[in-house]
Amino acid sequence: MPTSLHLLADAPAQLLPARELMAFTLASHIILVPLGVAFPLITLVMHYRGLRRKDATALLLARRWSAVMAVQFALGIVTGTVLSFEFGLLWPGMMGRWGDVFGVGFGVEAWAFFLEAVLIAIYLYGWRRLKPRTHFLLGLPLPFAALLGAFGILAANSWMNTPQGFSLDSGGNPVDVNVWKAIFTPMFGPQYWHFVVGMILTAGFVVAGVYATGWLRGRRDRYHRLGFAVPFTIAAVAAPVQFVLGDSIARSVFHKQPVKFAALEIVWKTDTRVPEYLFGRLQEDGTVKGGIKIPLLDSFLAGFSPNTEVVGLTSVPADQRPTATQATIAHWAFDIMVLIGSVLVLLALWYGLVWLRHRRLPASKWFYGSAACAGVGSVVAVECGWIATEVGRQPWIVYENMRVADAVTSTRSTSLWIMFGVVAAVYVFLFGSFLVVLLKMRTRWRLADEQQATAAGTHTPEADIPYGPRASVPAGDVPAADPGAGRSGGEGP
Amino acid sequence: MTADLIAVVLLLAVTAYACAGGTDYGAGFWDLTAGGTERGRRPRWLIDHAMAPVWEVNNVWLIFVLVIMWTGFPVLFQTVFSAMWLPLALAAVGMVLRGAGFALRKPAQRLAGRRLYGAVFACASLVTPFFLGAAVGGAASERVAPGTEASADVWTSPTSIVFGLVAIATTAFLGAVFLTGDARRFDAPDLVGYFRRRALGSLAVLTVLAVVTGFVTHEDSPYVWHGLTHGLGLLFVIVAGAAALATVWLLLRTPGTWVRVTAVGVVASAVIAWGMAQRPYLLPTSLTVADAAGAPSTLTWLAIVTLVALVVVMPAVVLLYWLDTHGELGELTDSELSGGSGNPGDGAVRDS
Repeated sequence: MPTSLHLLADAPAQLLPARELMAFTLASHIILVPLGVAFPLITLVMHYRGLRRKDATALLLARRWSAVMAVQFALGIVTGTVLSFEFGLLWPGMMGRWGDVFGVGFGVEAWAFFLEAVLIAIYLYGWRRLKPRTHFLLGLPLPFAALLGAFGILAANSWMNTPQGFSLDSGGNPVDVNVWKAIFTPMFGPQYWHFVVGMILTAGFVVAGVYATGWLRGRRDRYHRLGFAVPFTIAAVAAPVQFVLGDSIARSVFHKQPVKFAALEIVWKTDTRVPEYLFGRLQEDGTVKGGIKIPLLDSFLAGFSPNTEVVGLTSVPADQRPTATQATIAHWAFDIMVLIGSVLVLLALWYGLVWLRHRRLPASKWFYGSAACAGVGSVVAVECGWIATEVGRQPWIVYENMRVADAVTSTRSTSLWIMFGVVAAVYVFLFGSFLVVLLKMRTRWRLADEQQATAAGTHTPEADIPYGPRASVPAGDVPAADPGAGRSGGEGP
Repeated sequence: MTADLIAVVLLLAVTAYACAGGTDYGAGFWDLTAGGTERGRRPRWLIDHAMAPVWEVNNVWLIFVLVIMWTGFPVLFQTVFSAMWLPLALAAVGMVLRGAGFALRKPAQRLAGRRLYGAVFACASLVTPFFLGAAVGGAASERVAPGTEASADVWTSPTSIVFGLVAIATTAFLGAVFLTGDARRFDAPDLVGYFRRRALGSLAVLTVLAVVTGFVTHEDSPYVWHGLTHGLGLLFVIVAGAAALATVWLLLRTPGTWVRVTAVGVVASAVIAWGMAQRPYLLPTSLTVADAAGAPSTLTWLAIVTLVALVVVMPAVVLLYWLDTHGELGELTDSELSGGSGNPGDGAVRDS
């Protein structure tokens, strides 16, 4: 306790609000990221199926997913813009000194994101008039643009974790920048693949979770089965891959950022035969309260042998490592992520086994219950993974080169707290509205489907032409002389 | 010099944002001033449909501006964001509200919901360009130097106020010109006249503000004033003036595609004139391009990345604008989302 108090007393007053604001906006943005990166991919798979098998239900799902994507992508853009402003508003010290060392990744990201915005606009608004094939082909580069964008962001973040590609002059300023080395830092590969697969997995489980909920409520038509099976299959393939990648990134952290690893595993003293703690709280004196202790396991996991030496937190002075509280936070986040990841692998195995044996979807209520929770669970895992990365890096903003406290803006803490309040209010309004809008869309579509089902008989959706009806809309939604004429204008009194 | 090249790229990116983003903010401006629910129904309908496919792309330019700033000229980025803290923070909040308001307005079905989101969107469209303009004004008026602390004086000078107003007038002007074209595209003849009048009106306001800016910069920002009245700066001021005259002429006749070109010409030339007037400074009289430049190898790579991106992204952007102006892009409608029966005629689009 005294150490952390001492460290806090040294920190400028604006550090706390700056950190809270950054954490809050990033945590919010991250909810949208899996969908931004992987939702286009999932939609394109569904779209492909619809075109290939002339499956009107698949096309309907793809169309509806694009409508959701339209809103979600817009929110992603605005919350992402806020983040790039915050680099300057909150951390001018970091950008001023290091911007030219690690910025090129952002340059790649900016253009990739630009491309993504263009392509997504064409995809979302191309349903009506473009030829089906042209429309699909124009959407096809979307996942690649997303991968490229992730490349840029992860290059920057992994550089903050394992900075290299520069040397310091006598004034401590970076010179001799080697851009190539600054992009491909030791942590880049592990972080990138862990991130990409994590995003695909999360998006898959989130989308499938929606239809799993529908299944639980008794909606078990083809529409719901298909809406569940496609994203869930993608996620189920990704889950075991992610398990292996997650194990590998943990070992990379052990080798490249030993002190961070010590925080993630709450290892106090450098030693061999180190036990693994499941949860538990690290105290200021180095003891661990609570949790489940498994002898030798940490050493074994880190180097496949109980004799592996694991570096402890005390290997560096107190001002160069996370505090006990921070280490506990990172440790819990890490454990929760691993726990959720493991459960998701089991769920994927369940799905795979049923498919191998019976060639059908599982029928158990328990399976769909778990699948419905998997969506939320994977988002929680993403948040935890991010917390583990960022809190484990403390007190550094640029690992072992610049402290967070040295990068923070000199703006008065009062202004920052006010800004925090405003942003928090805006975001609550924003995400709340997003949720309400999604729920309303769902209700509207369900009502439409129910009406259709009762009016069916003569006309099944499957019999429709691939791209569905197109002529019923245009010009009609111009609220011209007769205000009631607007079909979808929706502003009629 | 690579640094000069990157400075040019930065200026061009700012120009692109001023034009593309400006058009977008302008649409919001006319949304705000369209009047009550009943009276403003048709203009708002047009604004919604015209903006929707391109608004995200229009705003992504800003991200690119920021990235070039911090990668190419880290000191500039640090200085500007430290000194201009409040206007930039407010602009950021404005952008969130605007984007969210616009994105949520369409799917929000109930009238009250649409009104709320619409109002948020429209007000933020007015406030955001003002603060961005004020920040630029603060930089142009020599009030920002490396190490300048954030304070109200930095961004409430006469230059800042005028620049902020000019920014609003510019967005209104661009928005009205583009909406005039969109009105024709969407077969709404009454709105052609509606937005043409507004385009002419806002150009008149813009002209008055330009003259005021002249007087104010003469007193308040001598370096930029000198740049604007000499050499390349003057040349681009003249080009902007000529483009403005051409725009008036085209607006008075039947406006076609060319009026968009001349309108963009006005704004682009004005922004470039400001950039030229500041040469060789990024922040007049305190920070030159050479002083602010980042590591040479980074700048080289930034140039390469930009070049590759131009080759990859520009065709995509052109395709998007082409598809948009040729009416190939349309929102999914309720009937298409309800998986419905309806009219099974394929491709028989009535209004094309």
